[in-house]
Amino acid sequence: MTHRPEQPYEIISDIGVEKGAEKLTPERIREVIRRYLEEEGGARLRVYADTCVHCGLCSDACHFFLSNDREPRFSPAGKVKQALLPILRKKGDVSADFIKRATEIAFTECNLCRRCVMYCPFGIDVAYLMLFVRRLSHKLGVVPQYIQDTAHSHAATMNQMWVREDEWIDTLHWQEEEAREEIPNLRIPLEKEGAEIFYSVIGPEPKFRAQLIYQAAVIMNVAGQDWTMPATPGWDNSDMCMYTGDEEMVARLKKKHFETAMRLKTKRIVMGECGHAFRSVHDVGNRFLGWKMAPVPVTHAIEFYSELFQSRKLRVKRKYDIPVTLHDPCNVVRGGGLHELARYVIHETCSRFVEMHPNREHNYCCGAGGGVINCGPPYTHKRVVGSRVKAEQLAEAAAKGARVVIAPCHNCHGGLEDIIKHYGLDLEVKFLGDIVYASIDKEG
Amino acid sequence: MHAVFNFVRGPMAGIAFAVFIIGCLYQMASMWRLARKKDAVVFHYFSLFYALRSIIHWMVPFAALNMRRHPVMTGVTFVFHLCLFAVPFFLSSHAILFKESWDVSWAWLPDGIADIMTLAVMGACLFFLGRRIFLREVRYLTTVSDVLILFCVALPFFSGFWAGQQWPGFPVMTLVHMISGEILLMLIPFTRLRHMLFFPVIRGYMGSEFGAVRRARDW
Repeated sequence: MTHRPEQPYEIISDIGVEKGAEKLTPERIREVIRRYLEEEGGARLRVYADTCVHCGLCSDACHFFLSNDREPRFSPAGKVKQALLPILRKKGDVSADFIKRATEIAFTECNLCRRCVMYCPFGIDVAYLMLFVRRLSHKLGVVPQYIQDTAHSHAATMNQMWVREDEWIDTLHWQEEEAREEIPNLRIPLEKEGAEIFYSVIGPEPKFRAQLIYQAAVIMNVAGQDWTMPATPGWDNSDMCMYTGDEEMVARLKKKHFETAMRLKTKRIVMGECGHAFRSVHDVGNRFLGWKMAPVPVTHAIEFYSELFQSRKLRVKRKYDIPVTLHDPCNVVRGGGLHELARYVIHETCSRFVEMHPNREHNYCCGAGGGVINCGPPYTHKRVVGSRVKAEQLAEAAAKGARVVIAPCHNCHGGLEDIIKHYGLDLEVKFLGDIVYASIDKEG
Repeated sequence: MHAVFNFVRGPMAGIAFAVFIIGCLYQMASMWRLARKKDAVVFHYFSLFYALRSIIHWMVPFAALNMRRHPVMTGVTFVFHLCLFAVPFFLSSHAILFKESWDVSWAWLPDGIADIMTLAVMGACLFFLGRRIFLREVRYLTTVSDVLILFCVALPFFSGFWAGQQWPGFPVMTLVHMISGEILLMLIPFTRLRHMLFFPVIRGYMGSEFGAVRRARDW
């Protein structure tokens, strides 16, 4: 039985990984790993690692495996075998080169999409195991540079994109001014204490997708919602620290976010269309703060739009008539069960819908999630090559007539756009909010 | 030979059952304790309804999508596990031993059926070995211990079948059968065979997370 990869792999050069690994010594690696296993290696780690019977049935779940001609080292259990098991078996006696390779696998060859949980007969959570490796990389200071930069931004500014406080406020004023061209009395209410809704977005929205704030403001105003946005840090719901393994920062970020909602005395948080932020706010950050569920109710945009249509607060003026298909993002579908609500909103707003296959919980990941796209350009090629099955799935939907892919998630947008460009597909990616904005009656 | 036979049938059988039962209890208790200490999340999010929902979906043949994607593997796996449990408990010669030793008895399988089920277990082991050799993704994951475990599972059935047919050398094979069966029993708590214990635990926990928190299916 061979234990070596059947195909050679190329180590991708990344300054964050290289420079971090240069500082490691065998003693430091051993000490950090042993302390980490002692403090945080619990029953889940042991049971998952010991129960896997190496049946390989998880393989078909993984887009990296399927897209790389069924190369075994890309199967979920194959990644665990390469990146985690030697750490456990050797109790930390691994080299800096091993840490570099394990880091690359855990950060850039697994989107933490949890599709394999649905294919493993035992339900072993490979995403948990990959996150366990990522946290080790974080503790050893060996993290891909681009995603570490966003984590630094979180630590310094409490948002992902180094947006300064004045820039944030200025962007909201700018979008309010722009939107007033369309709806003269439109407001983006800042710091409105006691408002029903705290509308929160991710850092990239003010940074380079400010039109989404414009659209959200239009939807809120047309639907007559009592809403506000904070003028202070805490407005950003995103969380790359969740993906770098910096759990202490996850807790700081979510504490700030929830406390901002509490300071403003809002009844709930409505989030823009982001998947990973939903995972962080709905399912992860609250746990690090000791809350079973989020301390302030959280509503994802998909759910919010569906509420507004169901209560007739939004009415469709003219249905969007370019044929659309829907990409079900892992974090809001496999992580939030919002797939039927997304379809409801599409049926309300679009005249022609083409279903993608597989879909709902079984949809393929966009290849960008889990912080993989945030690891930056060094890994882009590997990411799009690892998304070939996604491209085939998109091409099939396009062959059935779809021209627009609706992806209610920021990372999915980035991932799908890269795939569409690389594989030359005739598709355009849109947010659900783009479609809602385009189809509603704005005169109320 | 007679003394060995008596030892294997008497004290060693008792030891094997004791190691199996105490080993399983130890494994479950130590995992429980470890989870209480470091994985409190497992208890907080556990939901009996969603745990059972998931476990049932993975206990019913072809109920999960991945089972339908691999129909042969699914069929073989279910037949294998069913026979693996049914034959040792419901074989007539085992039932007589239970009756003689502990004065407990229950219905048993006709010998012809039990023979077919035994052959099914051995056939399934060959199938699993074939997967380990010929499927790249399984070969990549396979370790020496995986093959040894397969051998340990097959041996009591192989030797038991031989002994049952009274083929040449069957007294030795009876001994091999009893020893290998007892070793297999003792291996369960301390090897990957403990997946028997942890299947409902992991599936139940993930089912709870998927159902109660993530509002999604996990099959």
